Amino acid sequence: MPTDPPLLELRGVSKRFAGVTALDNVDFSLGRGEIHGLVGENGAGKSTLMKIIAGVHSEYEGEMRLDGHPVRLRTPRDARDAGIGMVHQELSIVPALSVAENVMLGRQPLNRLGVISWRRMRDQARAQLRELGIEVDPAAPAGSLPLGLQQMIELARVLLSGARILILDEPTSALSPPEVEKLFALLERLRASGRSVVFISHFLDDVLRISDNVTVFRNGRRVGASPARSISKAWLIERMIGGGHERLEESYTDARTLPPRPSTPAVLEAEGLGVAGLFDGASLRVHAGEVLGIYGFMGSGQLELARALSGKLKLDHGTVRVDGREARLRRGTPGAKRAGIAFVPESRRAMLFAPQPVYRNISISILERINRLLLRPRLEREIAGGHVRRLGVRPARVDLPVGQLSGGNQQKVALARWLTHLPRVLLLSEPTRGMDVGAKDDVVRIVRALRAEGIGIVVVSSEPETVLSLADRILVMRRGVLAREFAGEAVGKDRLLEAA
Amino acid sequence: MSAPLTDPAALREPLWLRLGGQLRNLAPFVTLIALVVLFSLLSPSFATVGNVSNILQQVSITAIIAVGLTYVILCAEIDLSVASVANAAGILLAFFTLQDASVNIANIPLPGPLAMLLALAGALALGAVTAFGVTWIGIPSFIMTLAMLQIGNGIGALLVRGQIAYNVPDLVVALGSGSIGPVPWIVLVAALVLLVGHLVLTYTRFGRYVYMVGGNREAAEHSGVAVKAVVAGVMMISALCSGIAGMLGVAYFGSAQQNQFDNYLLDAISAVVVGGTSLFGGQGGIGNTIVGVLVLGVLNNGLDHIRMDSFLKILIRGLVLLMALVINVYAQRLRSMRRGVG
Ligand SMILES: Nc1ncnc2c1ncn2[C@@H]1O[C@H](COP(=O)(O)OP(=O)(O)OP(=O)(O)O)[C@@H](O)[C@H]1O
Ligand SMILES: [Mg+2]
Repeated sequence: MPTDPPLLELRGVSKRFAGVTALDNVDFSLGRGEIHGLVGENGAGKSTLMKIIAGVHSEYEGEMRLDGHPVRLRTPRDARDAGIGMVHQELSIVPALSVAENVMLGRQPLNRLGVISWRRMRDQARAQLRELGIEVDPAAPAGSLPLGLQQMIELARVLLSGARILILDEPTSALSPPEVEKLFALLERLRASGRSVVFISHFLDDVLRISDNVTVFRNGRRVGASPARSISKAWLIERMIGGGHERLEESYTDARTLPPRPSTPAVLEAEGLGVAGLFDGASLRVHAGEVLGIYGFMGSGQLELARALSGKLKLDHGTVRVDGREARLRRGTPGAKRAGIAFVPESRRAMLFAPQPVYRNISISILERINRLLLRPRLEREIAGGHVRRLGVRPARVDLPVGQLSGGNQQKVALARWLTHLPRVLLLSEPTRGMDVGAKDDVVRIVRALRAEGIGIVVVSSEPETVLSLADRILVMRRGVLAREFAGEAVGKDRLLEAA
Repeated sequence: MSAPLTDPAALREPLWLRLGGQLRNLAPFVTLIALVVLFSLLSPSFATVGNVSNILQQVSITAIIAVGLTYVILCAEIDLSVASVANAAGILLAFFTLQDASVNIANIPLPGPLAMLLALAGALALGAVTAFGVTWIGIPSFIMTLAMLQIGNGIGALLVRGQIAYNVPDLVVALGSGSIGPVPWIVLVAALVLLVGHLVLTYTRFGRYVYMVGGNREAAEHSGVAVKAVVAGVMMISALCSGIAGMLGVAYFGSAQQNQFDNYLLDAISAVVVGGTSLFGGQGGIGNTIVGVLVLGVLNNGLDHIRMDSFLKILIRGLVLLMALVINVYAQRLRSMRRGVG
């Protein structure tokens, strides 16, 4: 019985980068009206395969068929013409352009004279964003919006472009739960209209919920594929990591009983912090050996609060003390660093020097400690090598440009920077974003080890699981105000969401 | 767990991509060799010891200015005031030196070393103003140094008032126009400045910060690097190099007068860019600048040796610069291609 060929089919695809086999003889297929989940550890090759489909990588071995016909897409433009649209893992929004221009990028409506019709562009953009359930001013510059909304705008651009194959590479990493719901509702509508979607995510529950079929990658190979109905989270984790996963589910969790308030002295005391339009009246203290979690939906102001504490964002009012001494945050990040505050921001692009080797990315913040006048690259490499091994960065090579690592591995490098000479206060903004289950577990362990050293840690996140698995005490931020504190009690995802 | 993800076959990246990664460094070098071979074949007087010394002497001032500019461009900034700061420093030097009675300027004769110090201090002061404007006030360096270009010219003009001053301290005369054996002193000074520039850039913390700030300013800031101080530092270094070049230049030319350095702005920027230092910051170095300076020097000198029409020469230099720009931008694109988008 002859069956229809699948909409998209890849056979025996291999892709190598200098020294790294990213994909090794991989098969993949996607049917019409199917939502296909794709999971795997950091560096497993998910993004690489999707970039091949989207025409970003044109040099590879193997075959790709669309509607049963072999095709070779050489550029993203080719892919777009073939009806393939991709939302990349890293935000690629143009911050200076308006929301409308970003949504309509590449398909601006023209008027009779062949000139862009701004009014129609705005109206169409507004209507399309409404489909995703968001109300924003289409004329506002996209860069001025909170990250979650920026991601929604980027999603809107691709989802509503009319493409029949939609590739979403970790689209929910910056979205709040209500936004994820809106996205899923839209994906279901798209599926009903016959579109096909590839959905990459490290949130396995989400993947199981939305997908029809799930494929698992490990080390550049396909190690499992199954209808989503017939598998469990444990099945996925086992294939992703290959055994020994029991421990994982324990440390990265979505419900916990918090310990009682510590009696140790406060390392960080912040009093009445405010930045106009972002947050106000924020007071908090972090004790030695304590992890304070600050949870809030995207755009509630918690990321900005962390940024202000790091000296990156100028405070309008309020004081910050570290070990009882006032931190001179007016002097920006060097001032904060001198006071003993270290910051790992949520965006890797804002943290890493992509063309520079891994070891320089790690040593940058300790240069003044490990040398006087001349640099000591050998020592830098040694220190970096230790961290790279301990954090399980792959490939474990300190001379590789950090831009060539996969997203999750880049995140580990960013974290490694502050582990050599411990700060007094470590601010972590979305520390597990884009990390696989194993790496998240690593972060949990690293943070616990740091806590044991007696430093104060602040974890800021819009992922309830991140805060729940890391924090000893939780503050919930709502619309720029610290609205609720959880300490010494049992909390779960539901109670956090309720408070936010 | 750290099973090596390497296998020998995987190292076989397409040749063009591998070479492409080195394009930035290879292209200028190949150009230099090609030019030398070409001119040697076309003109018997080109490849002589005397002419090599000539070329080196001709590029020395450009080289010294280009060292400072390399720092600035690596930091993803620009300094358009280099030539005018050099000019101001040269004129200041003459201003503090006893001049012949025929030179009718209200100058203040001082001992040679003091005059030199004051000239350098003047250049540094101009650099400090630039640094202040760029970092504290936040004026883009392109605009700020355009203003400083005018200010430097203005100071020079006020001091000499259209006249020409011939005297500068003996030490400067020796360094600028004397030679030790067959080697001109000015070449040695330039070599020293290049060497120090290279060492600071490669082996010191400040040098590393320059690359990091140029590569990703936001990331540098998040790492606790005092970004403003680094930017201020490179602007001061640029002014210092211009000051040194300005003083030596006056001796090299044999006089101090207005606008005598005007060509050096373009020459120095061209040298840095032709050498392959990225216009986007973060990549390149003094090694690149040396090659760039030599390419321009050989081209200039060689075109004279084959008796190229001097008007056509201007056009050719423009075309070479254009080619370098294309390679520069193309090399950047290749890099980001290898890096991938996600
Ligand atoms: N442009 C590149 N140059 C060199 N190596 C690369 C490049 N892009 C990816 N790699 C390597 O290929 C492998 C697969 O990376 P890929 O980005 O596909 O992983 P991923 O599954 O998307 O991981 P993550 O969940 O962390 O995003 C990694 O080892 C990575 O270091
Ligand atoms: Mg990826």
